[in-house]
Amino acid sequence: MKVLVPVKRVVDANVKVRVNADNTDVDTANLKMAINPFCEIAVEEAVRLKEAGVVSEIVVVTVGPKAAQEQLRTAMALGADRGIHIQTEEALVPLSIAKLLNAVQKKEQAQLIILGKQTIDGDNNQTGQMLSALANMPQATFASEIKVDGDSLAVTREVDGGLQNVTISLPAVVTVDLRLNEPRYAKLPNIMKAKRKPLETLSIDDLGVSLKLHQTVLKVTPPAERKAGIMVASVAELADKLKNEAKVI
Amino acid sequence: MAILVLAEHDNASLKLDTAKVVACGQAIGGDVDVLIAGHECAAVVDAAKQLAGVRHVLVAQSVQYANGFADNVAQLIVDLAGDYEHILAAATSQGKDTLPRVSALLDVAQLSEVVEVVSADTFVRPIYAGNALATIQSHDAKKVLTVRTSAFDAVANDGAADVVAIDKVFDSVTQFVSQSLSKSERPELGAASVVVSGGRGLGSSENFVILEKLADKLGGALGASRAAVDAGFVSNDLQVGQTGKIVAPDLYIAVGISGAIQHLAGMKDSKVIVAINKDPEAPIFQIADYGLEADLFEAVPELTDLL
Repeated sequence: MKVLVPVKRVVDANVKVRVNADNTDVDTANLKMAINPFCEIAVEEAVRLKEAGVVSEIVVVTVGPKAAQEQLRTAMALGADRGIHIQTEEALVPLSIAKLLNAVQKKEQAQLIILGKQTIDGDNNQTGQMLSALANMPQATFASEIKVDGDSLAVTREVDGGLQNVTISLPAVVTVDLRLNEPRYAKLPNIMKAKRKPLETLSIDDLGVSLKLHQTVLKVTPPAERKAGIMVASVAELADKLKNEAKVI
Repeated sequence: MAILVLAEHDNASLKLDTAKVVACGQAIGGDVDVLIAGHECAAVVDAAKQLAGVRHVLVAQSVQYANGFADNVAQLIVDLAGDYEHILAAATSQGKDTLPRVSALLDVAQLSEVVEVVSADTFVRPIYAGNALATIQSHDAKKVLTVRTSAFDAVANDGAADVVAIDKVFDSVTQFVSQSLSKSERPELGAASVVVSGGRGLGSSENFVILEKLADKLGGALGASRAAVDAGFVSNDLQVGQTGKIVAPDLYIAVGISGAIQHLAGMKDSKVIVAINKDPEAPIFQIADYGLEADLFEAVPELTDLL
């Protein structure tokens, strides 16, 4: 069975971004970039399915600038077999990305598409669900456990009230949550080997997808700063402040 | 034009999130209808009728809607979408699961986690874990939004909407197997006015008892950092943060939580923040109104006694 894993290049999770001077975007120049943490969990799950003999081929795909090839190489160092890079310098909304991924899926005919539940830059949490709707494949979002059983997939989902177990039929789309697995570190020989794995670059036109302008970002501003707080010396002082100054108790 | 709000419920009760999303709908302006897709959910319908300012409560009841699965609920919404310019749901696990499908099927973009309505086509939403706020103008004919409910005050319960039955049933392709939902006498995280959260510093599942005592004394909810959930101290539904629950209570008490970016994203809009941590360098102190450098195992019981 073939698995398709869409991934995204984002600002590293440990970097705190700042809004740029003209309030049009966040300033990402010279920041450390990385594969989106949820995408990394998706890659890891695909690799584990391959190691378990359930999956025969893992294809990673990304939509983004030329530099996003670094993240495809990272995914291949973790164990993906080949990469597809849909190259664009434009910042696309999740619906446009889902349309491009759907075009890739039409060619690849993967049995399973695993992707992160959200990226930590846009925080949209949309792409997997949109791809599932466009491709008319069942979806299971926020997965913390996946089991392939013949033509069906058992998924444990992290929902607001706890955990929910569902079954869907393959081919299907799964979005992954934090506790699905802990991604491995790529070993140096695998990083070297990944450089020689096949990587195909396509343009949006190559895929024959026409995209629309859905929205305009009017401005990007920093959130309101919290005013500096104080350190209290004792539990008694804290209790007093909460009762008599903040008046929240 | 009208606004459709997908109700958040579990067939037994209507969640407070719905009243907050209705408030967001009223900020946009226009008639607000609430859609309940469920099964044997009479109490939910009764509660929704009382939401102030709601025009119609649309009720689609079928065993197919019992679990609120995204695939067929999205089809139902798309079927109803002709009458609406805005389609809203809470940014809960069900809203996040469902609305992107609605957007894709309508060929419009979705705006996630909206925190402010600027006008009928312009909205503010956080990006980068809330470290920036984007003001976005939609050019789509229909606007599909998930709403961050902590940013809106619930509407009152003095309404008298009429009920419209919806007969269309779409079958779900998702099979329900089982669920394990946390049962708690405490208020829900998103609805509590006080939240007491614990982090890695608690050290074990058993040690959360001292936080439970404090939470119970204050009538508050229990929360946790990702580190505490990953370590297995508490269940996933307690996670506060960028990818967990977003809360903005009157009082947030962070205990043994260092203050990673992704945790701050889930609680930094709380009115008053208290941090108790033995590490004076912990980043949580930078956003706390009141910081206490102390051993939590001594400080928390002492605080519980004093309040």
